[in-house]
Amino acid sequence: MENPYLPYPVRIDNIEIATEDKSLKTFKFVFINPEDEKKFSYHAGQFAELSIPGIGEIPIGIASSPVEKGFVKFTVFRTGVVTSHLHNMKVGDIMGIRGPLGNWYPWDKLENKNVVIIGGGFAFTTLRSSIIYMLDPANRKKFKNIDVVYGARSPGMLLYREELYEWEKRDDINMHITVDGTNDTSWKYHKGFVPQIVEQNAPKADENTYAIICGPPIMIKFTQPALVALGYKEHQIIMSLENRMKCGIGMCGRCNIGKELVCKDGPVFTLEQLNKTPKEY
Amino acid sequence: MKFITIDKKNWAKGIEKSRETYRLFGPVKDKNGFFIRDLEKDMLPDMTCNDSVMSVKSVLFPQTEKILFASLNEAKEDHHIMKRVPFDPKQRAVVGIKPYDAKAVELVKMNFDTDDYRDPYWCDAYEATTFVGVGINKPGPFDFSTSTGTGPFSETGLDVLMADLDDAYLAKILTDKGDAFMKSCGFDKVADEKESLALFDILRKEAEKNISSHIDSSKLKDKTVLELHEAPFWDDIAFSCINCGTCTFVCPTCWCFDIQDEAKQKYASRFRNWDTCMSPLFTKHATGHNPRDSKTQRVRQRFMHKLKYFIDKYDQGIMCVGCGRCVKSCPVNIDIREVCKIMNSYVKSN
Amino acid sequence: MDTCIQKIREIAFQLLDKKEVERVIGFSNGTIPMATSPITIASKQDTEKLVFNSTCGLNLANYIRQQKGKIAVIAKGCDTRNIVTHIIENQVKRDQIYIIGVPCKGMINKSKIKALFEDEIIKFDEDGEILNVESSSKKEKLNKKDYLRHNCSLCQHRNPVIYDVLAGERVEEQIIDVPYPDVEKIAAMDADTRWGHFQDLTKNCIRCYACRNACPLCYCPTCFVDESGPQWVGKGQDKTDVNTFHFLRAFHCAGRCTDCGACVEACPMEINVRDFTRKLNKDSLDMFGWEAGLDLTKRPPLDAYSPDDPNHFIK
Repeated sequence: MENPYLPYPVRIDNIEIATEDKSLKTFKFVFINPEDEKKFSYHAGQFAELSIPGIGEIPIGIASSPVEKGFVKFTVFRTGVVTSHLHNMKVGDIMGIRGPLGNWYPWDKLENKNVVIIGGGFAFTTLRSSIIYMLDPANRKKFKNIDVVYGARSPGMLLYREELYEWEKRDDINMHITVDGTNDTSWKYHKGFVPQIVEQNAPKADENTYAIICGPPIMIKFTQPALVALGYKEHQIIMSLENRMKCGIGMCGRCNIGKELVCKDGPVFTLEQLNKTPKEY
Repeated sequence: MKFITIDKKNWAKGIEKSRETYRLFGPVKDKNGFFIRDLEKDMLPDMTCNDSVMSVKSVLFPQTEKILFASLNEAKEDHHIMKRVPFDPKQRAVVGIKPYDAKAVELVKMNFDTDDYRDPYWCDAYEATTFVGVGINKPGPFDFSTSTGTGPFSETGLDVLMADLDDAYLAKILTDKGDAFMKSCGFDKVADEKESLALFDILRKEAEKNISSHIDSSKLKDKTVLELHEAPFWDDIAFSCINCGTCTFVCPTCWCFDIQDEAKQKYASRFRNWDTCMSPLFTKHATGHNPRDSKTQRVRQRFMHKLKYFIDKYDQGIMCVGCGRCVKSCPVNIDIREVCKIMNSYVKSN
Repeated sequence: MDTCIQKIREIAFQLLDKKEVERVIGFSNGTIPMATSPITIASKQDTEKLVFNSTCGLNLANYIRQQKGKIAVIAKGCDTRNIVTHIIENQVKRDQIYIIGVPCKGMINKSKIKALFEDEIIKFDEDGEILNVESSSKKEKLNKKDYLRHNCSLCQHRNPVIYDVLAGERVEEQIIDVPYPDVEKIAAMDADTRWGHFQDLTKNCIRCYACRNACPLCYCPTCFVDESGPQWVGKGQDKTDVNTFHFLRAFHCAGRCTDCGACVEACPMEINVRDFTRKLNKDSLDMFGWEAGLDLTKRPPLDAYSPDDPNHFIK
């Protein structure tokens, strides 16, 4: 078995500013050793440790999709030591990636189901990965209706805007894009907070409908009752958690909620599972 | 089962001889007690040690261990590409450790050697190490190891278990690794199996009889996590805690660690250091949010991990070997035996 | 000490009974010999749990910050000096704290007593000035005065300097002619020997920070060793990082330390970190005539400017 602490060397291939306030950037990496890309075979919903020698590592959800080949993509919010350093790096710089880590959205279980994706703010990265995955011609028929509710503070704070607007035009996915508010008179999508848009637009639950939620704690807190009102049961609500992590492989001990380690047993849990564990996230 | 008698007069010479094959570790007396240290040339394990301040865990899991490095010099072909610090493949032997510490190594192994991942640093060290234990004839008053699935003459995790017979050691060879170590020392005087077994049995019974401290953890398994987690006693247990990490550092079973990078000029190192769930930094997010922000939450985490989560996860008993180190070292006398009693006897009132 | 325990319990009982305070912070008996544990009591029935003896070496001023409502605290001379420091530094308000002062004849040096035995101590009690200590292999009758902690043997403020009530008769203060013999001894070493002394002092440090966390002065929301942006100190066992922690912590306590000894009491490695802090206490005394925590109206010397401040170090 290989050394799980040893990152694969990657080169920064592209850097895009992802939001109007420049607090998020999307980094596209290519593997220096092409064979590492195969080893880094992942599922939508997993994360990786971005590893900068001499600076440190950070766990970040994988924003690219398993169906996109030749690169991996991560959208990173500038907040701590490592992310600040990363934001100052340039195309061509060498660093490392460790992963893929953690579990993923339960794609097997979601086959032949209606899937409702709910995201807020920066927490749309693994959801993007998931949408691309589901919309892939080889996969689309595996799923029934796909609904997406995604909101941010303002239009310029929405991640992957071009893709969102493209998905809007398709008829095999129902997009419900929203912003908290905007002065842009040409804005043609929703205005309002995510929980409210969910309540108004998300499909009612039957036993074949599952919701995947990813977002800031406050959004999750208010979206849960909205889903319950729509008839979603605890096991039909799938969430992805974040906790402070170091090793990413279930050994360093800090990210636990009860006996579950968010890095290895998660980050994806159903609400049913979470309701049995201490709320230490 | 093979037994070997070692005349104490030959002990030093034999141990010295084993250095040809082994890097030796063992108890060394320092200012405030015994420590398990790398035995440099001419140092022998101090077999008078009844108990060490720090456990044997550092032999496999040093408090600070460099795991990776990289050059940051862009003129170099492999700049910014991390590499493993080469592992010293020389065989290691820890001589004179206590049975509860060997049991602890087995518990820690469950964390570092899993179906999904193998921690190469811990596992390589583990595989290179021979554990030569010595039974505790007179267990101290804080030893509650018989309540934790080990005991003063427990063999779990050991390659050799020795009994101290005043002028000689009687060594029970438990594994091939143990046999190889004894051979490397030149200890080859085989003792009668039947007599030796009987002698070990007497010593074990005598030692176990001397254990005065006991805990009962039998009811913990059947309680729910949330019942214990939400129990009302945690604030009282945690009040005196100063959130130093002493209990976790002296604990032979605490394995949590931190990973830290350091850069010096054009050279980067990645280290892992022992970490402690007592520190607020352990769980603090970069956003400032901290899921275990209060000391009550952190104290609860430590005891829940040892006495509940571990049971639920592995079904191998509690994550404590009853060495009593945390009981003795805690500056405010938070006593895991008392906490275990409170948790084990807790019944949620409706 | 027995009468003082009775007095403490009575006072605590009355305070809780009359609801004058919400809680009382004191010491309770430990689970092992020579141990007591800080405890908070909210019900008058629980006042029976309160004890006070020569093993109460921690400083309860460390437990009174960020408490809600009015609380009572049991305080030795040094503890009261730290309460004074807390009040000056706006960590607590005087009217929020009911101080049950305990005149103190010193706390015992547990390591020194442990060192008399090869095996573990299984029994400890004190009878006035006599300590009865027992292990499985021997019994010792010791004179407490021979086994005082170093700071207690040099203490000149055994009586509480600030209190609402005293739980015992005032005790005679010790007259100490040479208050800093240890510092002078270290100062007399040549540079290499002195460096060697400090290297040896900290060599077993495991960076648990028990010294910092037991210290009432160390209440910074983020200690410099825990700061990550920027990171001041490495987190591993590198000697430079370990020493940086000890040196800087000592400097941060300059002019504020009461030499209560809680740091040494808490250290699981028995490191005498007072070797660092006492040098700065001596400097405060020599340069500013200052001893911490004696006067509610004066700020610590490094926290205030006076034209008379010594400035010989400015060259």
